[in-house]
Amino acid sequence: MQIDLKQPILEKNDRIASELRERFAQNHVYVVDLLASPGSGKTSTILATIDALRDEFNIAIIEGDIASSVDAERIKAQGIAAVQINTGGACHLESDMVKRAIDVLDLERLDLIIIENVGNLVCPTDFDLGENVKVMILSVPEGDDKPLKYPGVFQVAQAIILNKVDTLPVFDFDVEAFTSSVKRLNPQVPIFHVAATRGEGVEEWAEWLAERIRQA
Amino acid sequence: MHELGIMTSVLDAVESAATDAGATRVIAVNLKIGEMTEAIEDALVFAFEALRDLPEYGLCKDAQLVIEMVRPKSECLECGNCYEHDRFDMLCPKCGSFATKLIAGRELEIDSMEVDLPD
Ligand SMILES: Nc1nc2c(ncn2[C@@H]2O[C@H](COP(=O)(O)OP(=O)(O)O)[C@@H](O)[C@H]2O)c(=O)[nH]1
Ligand SMILES: [Mg+2]
Ligand SMILES: [Zn+2]
Repeated sequence: MQIDLKQPILEKNDRIASELRERFAQNHVYVVDLLASPGSGKTSTILATIDALRDEFNIAIIEGDIASSVDAERIKAQGIAAVQINTGGACHLESDMVKRAIDVLDLERLDLIIIENVGNLVCPTDFDLGENVKVMILSVPEGDDKPLKYPGVFQVAQAIILNKVDTLPVFDFDVEAFTSSVKRLNPQVPIFHVAATRGEGVEEWAEWLAERIRQA
Repeated sequence: MHELGIMTSVLDAVESAATDAGATRVIAVNLKIGEMTEAIEDALVFAFEALRDLPEYGLCKDAQLVIEMVRPKSECLECGNCYEHDRFDMLCPKCGSFATKLIAGRELEIDSMEVDLPD
């Protein structure tokens, strides 16, 4: 006999993510899930974003990247709350890990949470963490062909940061080819050109984010 | 590569639904997987075959896995065209518009199961 189930495979993850989304909305906290390869500049971009937005907003960071209790320290050194998730070597974050992490945060006080996901362009894309947006970072040295190798992440992202643009002169990165393959995958996504460690282009990205935080 | 985790969720759900239904065994598990997701068909099959031998999945131990891959489909918000496409190109093929919305292709769904019930 055939029995219909019609249920999402990731039902448990999706259910907890929905609960989180509701809690974030009640507390007017805007949440960013940041996806990228290791070394692409997630932590540097977070630090630059903190710099740009800390006068207006209360910010906290959730660190999920594996090799990065160092990263949490870098953020705490800026006087910003940072919670380290111990992923136990997992290839992506799941919503129950985020749920445990936010227990130590005062949501009512916060305006923005940025989650630094595990450095991986594949696995995190299928997991809802209750975020408002998934944002992905690609850095110039990784190459302009990445949208063709990892279409999933470029398709789910609601904003894309092209980081390390200061290195464009030394890498053979075709910005036009990159932009056109991204637009075919995700026609309306904004692409921000940034050099996080130099503060270049951060203002435009931060303003895009600030507009959304104000509405949360 | 998170197919092992995905399959653990599938087998947990199916084993429990089959137990609830009073089934004596599960013959087939039918999934719908969107091509825009990162779940790879071969890796899903491999994970399923490895996991179904575990003692906690007694009802599923001889089950077959049937995967229907769902092609991505989008709707053009300008001209209303609905069209299938591959993983790389979502623009409207009719009017070239960038204003499109994905309506299928991100499924990760347990569609149904085929079970034996006691007579
Ligand atoms: N040239 C250049 N280097 C950068 C930039 N952003 C980050 N980096 C460097 O890239 C390396 C990895 O950065 P990090 O933020 O730790 O990456 P994460 O692993 O994604 O968090 C560090 O050595 C940074 O200094 C940038 O905009 N330009
Ligand atoms: Mg980092
Ligand atoms: Zn059209």
